[in-house]
Amino acid sequence: ADIISTVEFNHTGELLATGDKGGRVVIFQREPESKNEPYNQGEYNVYSTFQSHEPEFDYLKSLEIEEKINKIKWLPQQNAAHSLLSTNVVFSFKDKTIKLWKITERDKRPEGYNLKDEEGKLKDLSTVTSLQVPVLKPMDLMVEVTPRRIFANGHTYHVNSISVNSDCETYMSADDLRINLWHLAITDRSFNIVDIKPANMEDLTEVITASEFHPHHCNLFVYSSSKGSLRLCDMRASALCDKHSKLYEEPEDPSNRSFFSEIISSVSDVKFSHSGRYMLTRDYLTVKVWDLNMETKPVETYQVHDYLRSKLCSLYENDCIFDKFECAWNGSDSVIMTGAYNNFFRMFDRNTKRDVTLEASRESSKPRAILKPRRVCVGGKRRKDDISVDSLDFTKKILHTAWHPTENIIAIAATNNLYIFQDKVNSEMH
Amino acid sequence: QEMEDKVISPEKVEEAKLKARYPHLGQKPGGSDFLRKRLQKGQKYFDSGDYNMAKAKMKNKQLPAAAPDKTEVTGDHIPTPQDLPQRKPSLVASKLAG
Repeated sequence: ADIISTVEFNHTGELLATGDKGGRVVIFQREPESKNEPYNQGEYNVYSTFQSHEPEFDYLKSLEIEEKINKIKWLPQQNAAHSLLSTNVVFSFKDKTIKLWKITERDKRPEGYNLKDEEGKLKDLSTVTSLQVPVLKPMDLMVEVTPRRIFANGHTYHVNSISVNSDCETYMSADDLRINLWHLAITDRSFNIVDIKPANMEDLTEVITASEFHPHHCNLFVYSSSKGSLRLCDMRASALCDKHSKLYEEPEDPSNRSFFSEIISSVSDVKFSHSGRYMLTRDYLTVKVWDLNMETKPVETYQVHDYLRSKLCSLYENDCIFDKFECAWNGSDSVIMTGAYNNFFRMFDRNTKRDVTLEASRESSKPRAILKPRRVCVGGKRRKDDISVDSLDFTKKILHTAWHPTENIIAIAATNNLYIFQDKVNSEMH
Repeated sequence: QEMEDKVISPEKVEEAKLKARYPHLGQKPGGSDFLRKRLQKGQKYFDSGDYNMAKAKMKNKQLPAAAPDKTEVTGDHIPTPQDLPQRKPSLVASKLAG
């Protein structure tokens, strides 16, 4: 199997989509809970798989375009749940092309046509003596995925994020230097809303690393930079949002500045809270919570793996210092989660200020077993089962994680394996 | 008498290590060269013209082989179709679906 490159729940949490480096999308569906099989309740099973992107070769530029899917985003479901055809629409993009897919369920089929027989062949009309009304008969569930739109050629550089607007009509895509606004129904045009490309590329000092629309205000979006700053932009202010409405930046302590400072401050992911009041950012060593009303510094900072500070030299040499970790909020914005190395992932409870390190690996998790908290020891007393910093496996990185929108269910992508963990004890959000 | 403890931040220690290994490393990592390299990252180039000329020139010699674990094919090495990573056929079922 290929390395998983993105994980995303849909808006109800019923569906979970994963994309991989081979351009394949696998969608899981949660089984409805039933009294007959209490142990199977709420488990995710494969619902549909399809090939989103094929490997391509750009003949004009002699460039190989990889088919890896960078991100998947769901559109809110438009149709009522009990109609004949329920549809879900999902985005996927890789490199520079964005595709919109429509997923349709069919569980009934019409039978008793007048002009066609059971196999679809035209009937001999002389044999038709009476008219019948076709009836809908149940059939085995069939899931069809069709590409509905292909938004191509909007970007010169690699797309790093897409975000669907709360107006459900537009979405934005961001690459290293530009952000474009698209209409879901229009594929041949997009509006450029941010452009930070300098006239002279020698003057380039920072790039865009991630961006997201505000969950409720369709005019607001945020984008993060490689220098660790966040810019909140208001599309009502002007057509080109090069000038930010708010700039969120934590002042740097000049005495602590080192060669690595800028690299480790680069924001790899930014996520608005469900409430819309806060933003969560992930840089190499920390996750930070920012209050939209305070630009001067984050309101909370959590150390993900501060022990790596004394390993920065080798992490720079093996390129790990450039790893882009994602971060996630739980449904009630009380807990935040992010991945780390050695297949570890971390959760921080904002209210109790407690944190935990857990591991996603076959050896440590049998089905339905409770996950044991892990600990990295940094010298001093070493407890049994502790892992020392030097034994951490830096090839086992958890970059992609997702949290169910309302329940305590998380999806963790560990290289080419997907783990889904449920908190059965505390299934209600606090 | 008070002894002043000078604590050097671990980051600065690491920086010194790096500079010792790579003395020609630039002062600022965030410079435009660095960022421009980042913009190019992930692209693999194949030039059929270079490839054919190299093949013709080195008829009797072995083409320099790329290191097996190298993912980037750059510099003097002319990429050959064998060097570019194998494409997985798209019909292979994902293990997740199994």
